[in-house]
Amino acid sequence: MLDATHHRFDRLPDAPGVGYKPQHFQAIVSDPGCVRWLEIHAENYMGDGGRPLAQLRHLAERFAFSVHGVGLSIGGEGRLDPDHLARLKRLCDWLNPASFSEHLAWSTHDSAFLNDLLPLPYTEATLARVADHIDEVQEVLGRRMLLENPSSYLAFDESTMSETDFLAEVARRTGCGLLLDVNNVFVSATNLGTDPVSYIEAFPLDLVGEIHLGGHDEDEDDHGAPLLIDSHGREIADPVWTLLAITLEKSGPRPTLVEWDNDVPEWPVLEAEAARAAKALSLVAS
Amino acid sequence: MIVDQTTFRTALLDATAPRPEGLSDGAGAPAGRRFDVYRNNVAFSLTEALETAFPVVAKLVGAANFKLLAGAFLRQHPPRSPVMMFYGSDMPAFLAAFGPTAGIGYLPDVARLELALRESYHAADAAPVAPAEIGALAPEDLMARRVTLAPSFRLIRSRWPVHAIWRFNTEDGAPKPAMAAEDVAVFRPEYDPVPVLLPPGGGAFLEALQSGASFGGAVEAAAEATPDTDLTAILALLMSHGAITDLGDVR
Repeated sequence: MLDATHHRFDRLPDAPGVGYKPQHFQAIVSDPGCVRWLEIHAENYMGDGGRPLAQLRHLAERFAFSVHGVGLSIGGEGRLDPDHLARLKRLCDWLNPASFSEHLAWSTHDSAFLNDLLPLPYTEATLARVADHIDEVQEVLGRRMLLENPSSYLAFDESTMSETDFLAEVARRTGCGLLLDVNNVFVSATNLGTDPVSYIEAFPLDLVGEIHLGGHDEDEDDHGAPLLIDSHGREIADPVWTLLAITLEKSGPRPTLVEWDNDVPEWPVLEAEAARAAKALSLVAS
Repeated sequence: MIVDQTTFRTALLDATAPRPEGLSDGAGAPAGRRFDVYRNNVAFSLTEALETAFPVVAKLVGAANFKLLAGAFLRQHPPRSPVMMFYGSDMPAFLAAFGPTAGIGYLPDVARLELALRESYHAADAAPVAPAEIGALAPEDLMARRVTLAPSFRLIRSRWPVHAIWRFNTEDGAPKPAMAAEDVAVFRPEYDPVPVLLPPGGGAFLEALQSGASFGGAVEAAAEATPDTDLTAILALLMSHGAITDLGDVR
C-alpha cells in the first residue's frame, strides 16, 4: 500500500535539480553535490510498490520533488483518460510533490498511446480544448499545474497565433503556471527559422515556475537545413546555456532542471551539468 | 488545411502512408522528412520499450529479428495506457500467431515469464508471515486455512522447460535446457523478483491456492495432479521466499 505523505517542501527551490534515474540512487544518497531537488516522470512510478516507490519514499525525506507527466495527452482531441488522471492523483496525493507539470502536446488518440509528445496547431479550437483539459487536471489534482512549451520539428498551416501568445492565453484562462524548456525554445527556433531570444522576450516569464535544460542531437531536413532533435541524451549545448543566462537575467532565479533520459551518464557527469546551472543561477541571485 | 489527430496518427504508424498535408518547415515549404522525426520517435521508443521488457525473447529470436517483430507488434498492439511498465501483455498471444515465430512453441511461455517478472517488480509490498508462525500451527489447523500469497507472487505453468530456457539465456554456465514441462514461481523476497523452478506438484498446489482453495484443498489438488507431490519442498520454498503474507482464518 502507498502510505506516508510529506509536507516539508511546498515549492521547488530556485536551485538546480536533475531528472531522477534509479541508477543514481546510491550516489545521490551519499553526496548529491549541488543538486537540491529531483524530478520524476510520473508514469514510471505508477506501480503499486517495490523498489521504485521505496526509493522515492526515502529520497522525499531529503529532496523537494517535481512530478512531471509525459502521458496525459493534454492536447488530445478526445477527453482525458479518467483512469490516468486517477493514477496521477494517487501519485501526487502520496508523494505530495512541490510541483506538478505536463506538456503542451498530445500522445493518445482513439485509446492508443503513442509514447511521444506530438505537436498541436495553435488555433482557437486547440486553445479551448487545452484550457478545458487543464481546468480538469487542476480540479482533480487539487493543485495548480505548470504547462511546458514543446520542441517543434514542423509547423501547422492552420495555426493562427504564436506559441507564446497561445501559452500566455492558456495560463490566463486556467490560472496554470508555465514550465519554460530553454532547450525546446532553441530547438524549435532553429528548426522553424525563428529567433530564440525574441521568443524569450515574448514569453510571460512571471508565470514560469520551472526551467528545463537538456541535450539535443543535430540532423538536417530535406533541403539541408539544420533539424535539431530533442533527445535528452547528451550534454547541454553551449547556445542553450547562453539562452539560459539571457532568460535568468530577465526572469530572476528559478528552479532549473537538467534532463538526461537516454544514454544516462554516471552521476558525476550529470552533477557537473547541474553545477553549470548553479553557476548561471548564482549570477542572478536575488 | 486542417490536420486532425486521426490523420496524424495513421501516418505515424504506417511509414508507407503519405505524410499529412498542411504541415510545413515554418517557412512555407512542406514539412517532408520533418514529419519522420515523430514517426521515428514512436517506432524507436516503443521498440526500445519492448526490448527492455522481453530481453530473453529478443535473445532467442536475435536482435534484428526482434526489431522486425516489435515493428509488427507495435502496429497491431499500440499501448493502451501511458503506463509503459506494463506494455506488452499481448506479446505471448502475438508470438503464438505471428508467422515467423508461430512454430517456436516455447516462445510465448518465455514472454509470459518475462511479463510476470515485471509485474512482480512493480507489485505492492506486503510483509510475509514469519516461518515460525506457520510452523507453530497444528497440521489440521493449517490445512483448514485459506492463506494469502504476496501480491508480487506469479505462477507460470508450461509444457516447456521455460525456467531452464530463461536460465540458459541469462546465466553464464547454466545447463542446456532439456525437454520437460516446468512450473515456475516468481517470488520477490524484497525488491528483486526471482523465478524459481517448482518441485513436483508445486504448480497444481499454488494454482489451487491462487484460486481460493484452502491449504488442505490445494494439497488434494496437487496429489490428484501429481502422485509424487513434494509438499515439504513446496512449503520450504514458500517460507524461504516470504510468499505467504496472511494465514487467513480457520474455515
